[in-house]
Amino acid sequence: MVQPSPFVVNMGPQHPSTHGVLRLRLVLDGESVLDIEAVLGYLHSSKEKLQETHTYLQTIPVTDRMDYLSSMTNNLGCALAIEKLAGIPVPDRATYIRVIMSELQRIASHCAALGFFFNDMGAWHSPLMYFLQQREKVLDIFEMVCGARLTYNYIRPGGVSQDLPPEFYPVVTKFLDELPRTLDEMEQYLWDNEIVRSRTVNIGVLPRELAINSSVTGPVLRGSGVKWDIRKADPYCFFDRFDFNVPVGEKGDCFDRFMVRLYELRESIKILRQAMEQLPPGPWRSEVPVIFRPQAGDAYGHIESPRGELGYYLVSDGSVSPWRFHVRAPSFINLTALREMVIGHKLADVAVIVGSLDVVMGEVDR
Amino acid sequence: MTRSFTGDEFAAAIRRSFPGAVIQSERDAVVVQREAVRDICFYLRDNPELQFDFLSSVTATDYVDYFEVVYHLFSIAHNHSAVLKAWAEGRTNPWVPSVVAVWKGADLQEREMWDLLGVRCEGHPNLKRIMMWEGYPGHPLRKDFLEFDHRTFQAALQPTES
Amino acid sequence: MADAADMERRDVELSMPPLFQYYDPREDEALEGRNIMDLMRRSEEPYPDMGTGIYMEDGVPQNVAVAALDDVLTWARKSSMWPAMFGLACCAIEMITTGASRFDISRFGMEIFRASPRQADLMIVAGWVTWKMAPVVRRIYDQMAEPKWVVAMGVSAMSGGPFVDTYSVVPGVNLIVPVDVYIPGCPPRPEALLAGLMRLQDRVERQQRAGLSNQTR
Repeated sequence: MVQPSPFVVNMGPQHPSTHGVLRLRLVLDGESVLDIEAVLGYLHSSKEKLQETHTYLQTIPVTDRMDYLSSMTNNLGCALAIEKLAGIPVPDRATYIRVIMSELQRIASHCAALGFFFNDMGAWHSPLMYFLQQREKVLDIFEMVCGARLTYNYIRPGGVSQDLPPEFYPVVTKFLDELPRTLDEMEQYLWDNEIVRSRTVNIGVLPRELAINSSVTGPVLRGSGVKWDIRKADPYCFFDRFDFNVPVGEKGDCFDRFMVRLYELRESIKILRQAMEQLPPGPWRSEVPVIFRPQAGDAYGHIESPRGELGYYLVSDGSVSPWRFHVRAPSFINLTALREMVIGHKLADVAVIVGSLDVVMGEVDR
Repeated sequence: MTRSFTGDEFAAAIRRSFPGAVIQSERDAVVVQREAVRDICFYLRDNPELQFDFLSSVTATDYVDYFEVVYHLFSIAHNHSAVLKAWAEGRTNPWVPSVVAVWKGADLQEREMWDLLGVRCEGHPNLKRIMMWEGYPGHPLRKDFLEFDHRTFQAALQPTES
Repeated sequence: MADAADMERRDVELSMPPLFQYYDPREDEALEGRNIMDLMRRSEEPYPDMGTGIYMEDGVPQNVAVAALDDVLTWARKSSMWPAMFGLACCAIEMITTGASRFDISRFGMEIFRASPRQADLMIVAGWVTWKMAPVVRRIYDQMAEPKWVVAMGVSAMSGGPFVDTYSVVPGVNLIVPVDVYIPGCPPRPEALLAGLMRLQDRVERQQRAGLSNQTR
């Protein structure tokens, strides 16, 4: 009787399904995964050390390039931490604009995440094309507001860099009116799809207690049944003024995480409508000098990015640059749970599980 | 709204079970003896009133004479938060106890702390480089890590890890 | 929900590093580290631009027939270049959107992003290359069959971009592989990427004739 022995396979940094340069070392017994280790660092661009040489305003563009699928939320987290550190006030209009940008960014990011998720499953680019079409509309809105499609550098300490243009309101309203219909179409052909169900239900189950203990956040945590959303638990930017739900899964499998992201898209539409209605007139930025010296101390500002809790830990020594600039990257910490989720499944499930975790390597490696 | 423990409140809560462990309490954080960190963390996680079941982030800062390790703790059950700090003196072999046994989420973050700052986390089962590669000379995020010319590959910095 | 067997398994896993039950990865990691350091030491000067290559001798009567064949070959090469999937960072997202339905790289015949470098003839380096990734970039480039071209997309691939002074980013991927077209931008718009690819097509058209490889390095 031939006894197969486990063999080690390298899903190298260049691989179509690893969402960037994530390297996985797998120990396989045939098709079953016995063990897995994630090797990181292939995109490590030492942003944390780089920020120590930048002034506080200059730190914002570098944060764009961390979680490059949702740059607005990166900027927002950094701006909040700097404002906490330096005690900078933010006018109301700026806060509402930040909410609008953050929720639009959530729509764009979840569209991309779901598109890539279905790519990993083998739905060869079709859902990706439809989702990217919606994302293009959001990127057009961002280009209208701040001129860039991917790295915006828009949300600055003290507010936002420019006011909204006059055509913003009709364009966004039209987009919000059309988006639910598209989401209904996508849901109709993806929700009860037999292939989607068989490839995601009970795959990559992350139990509730382990999810909390592994410090996972975002749709991964909510898919495991934990109702923890920083917009509700520790509201920033007036999120307590909006009426929205937090979708929560039951089992913690890939299907639940997909469902959480899909429903979060709809909740973002709700928040956007309310924010557009409540948007007050006024200044969009408070008077902040270009180079400022916060007093010595540290601050931790965190927000709910589309991937989870994005936190910025800033230490100031009273000079123009931060002494320490640490980013609590949600994708990086979500990878802690990867091993538990993958062991016991097949090789083909590894791609689906990594896709459902929605890792962005710019954030993982920073 | 997450209620953040002030330094004094948190120090009082810790002193109830660990009387000598608190070194100082700042405005928002508490500095404790590093040897007691793991026991304190077990207590913080398991005590039903505190129940800090969620470790948001663990990181370290290089303050030239010493390294300061910061733990940002949250309680999902009670929705409150606190900040714990520990000091690792010296530059040649700074260490803190690893809290991987308390919160599994500290795993990759402590490896990053070791890789980039050189702060060893005693008790971590898999403490190896994560961002840089094995054999990299030095810990890049340290304040005395000078930019080296990659062409000549001369690094004017700390000796490599043991 | 956590029952005793799960807790026990987790304790076992906590006490042992991953993979160690089956395989000790430390030797491979040390080897990888040595490879990276070697590549760092070797990558001092950027690869020079090889130009569009040399032509065969003029005035040879056979050239008339050869030239017509060459036109067909270069037209075929430039009209169906298959890029290798090599997106690294933010520029990869713009590359993917270029492949999506709005900007449609398929008009240029490049919609098939091949996963295997052996089946690709274009490597779009999209994003910054770190020293840890550099041996992988070189390896993928070496695995591609000739004729092959490299496009450095984005300022980070061109020259290091915002990360030029950092300890871990290669200041320009032309230290690792020879580059044909540089596309600036951070990230370049999809239109910019398409413009760069059209420049590459012009370059292919001018490139050397049939029978000669375009790679001499």
